[in-house]
Amino acid sequence: MDGIHDLGGKQGFGRVEREENEPVFHDRWEASMYTISMALRRAAKVQNTDQFRHAIERIDPVAYLTHGYYGRWLGGMEALLVEGGEISTEELTERALSLGADPAALIAARPDPTFGTIAPESSPDAQRTLPDPGRFTVGQSVTTHGTPSGGHTRLPAYARGHRGTIVAMHGGWLLPDANAHGLGERPEHLYTVEFSGEELWGSAAEAGLKICVDLFESYLEAANE
Amino acid sequence: MSEPSQASLRAEALESLLIEKGLLTEEDIDNTVATYNERIGPMNGARMVAKAWVDDAFRQKMLADGTAAVAEFGFEGGEVQKLVVVENTSQVHNMVVCTLCSCYPWAVLGLPPRWYKDPAYRSRSVREPRAVLAEFGVDLAPEIDIRVWDSSAEVRYMVLPLRPEGLDNATEEELTQIVTRDSMIGVARL
Repeated sequence: MDGIHDLGGKQGFGRVEREENEPVFHDRWEASMYTISMALRRAAKVQNTDQFRHAIERIDPVAYLTHGYYGRWLGGMEALLVEGGEISTEELTERALSLGADPAALIAARPDPTFGTIAPESSPDAQRTLPDPGRFTVGQSVTTHGTPSGGHTRLPAYARGHRGTIVAMHGGWLLPDANAHGLGERPEHLYTVEFSGEELWGSAAEAGLKICVDLFESYLEAANE
Repeated sequence: MSEPSQASLRAEALESLLIEKGLLTEEDIDNTVATYNERIGPMNGARMVAKAWVDDAFRQKMLADGTAAVAEFGFEGGEVQKLVVVENTSQVHNMVVCTLCSCYPWAVLGLPPRWYKDPAYRSRSVREPRAVLAEFGVDLAPEIDIRVWDSSAEVRYMVLPLRPEGLDNATEEELTQIVTRDSMIGVARL
């Protein structure tokens, strides 16, 4: 989906702000979010990584930018737990209010009742052996498709509709575009595609720049020579 | 800032509900904090880099199959489905990002710093990495090319930094101490 998460190449965010001697977790609740995500995976309440990533992409875009990394995880997990029927929005809100939350505060989660529960993966490892060697080979020129996807995808918008070169092959992997939506694993060959800076950013590109992106076979077509 | 504290209150709400449902314990959270403070972090990647600097056969193996190289070390929680190690040379500087979320090689570098997950780094590093590097204090010579790796699938990337000059007599253990997290993300040179 063309969400706020797809940040590659967006302008206006300013300097990269670093923190000296940064702790691993800034507050206990951040460690709590990490722990909950692992616990939900073990208990099969969150079924797969792609589903979780897509839930994060669906949170409120303002919350996405302002609640931080673990705040995004929180919004994603709230949405999945509500969609899966584990916890209700009312339960979450009531508990948050009882802890002193502001009723007017921005809530990140955007549960979508059409999502529901997704069947678990057959294995936590996303690699699958494929019978075919793959449509493309290292050194081949390819173009990425230029059409936006309404759902989850791992083709960043900045790399859509561009020409690059296959520089590595990684075998078969679950297709996130299907797996995130409970449409099956549909494993495909995964390739690293290298783009030149000029191809992506035009004549204003920094000199000597190459961008490598890992892309699934169905995102690619052989380029016309 | 009011938003983070509102997020923390909702986080507390979720945590308490899940504890009541038996899906989580306080001890689980303590274990997470201990694991990522003591056992999984950039010290793991640093051991691999130092070994690659002193043992060329290992270096070649690590560049050919990063996943197998990690397996040799048997790091705790070393779950990485596929690790690719990219080598800095006198001609090419490598830099790692995840523009779509915040994918990071947890097994070898631990959990990522905030800046890695923030919009500024994720948006700019694929478009103007040289400018980003300059902000990090890395003034790359114009003749050195930059290759940015956007971790858009399940492959994870780690940079093998150039070994600093003048450390010919350093032991592997001493070399381990000078390898920084940022050098393995590709936003620092040693």
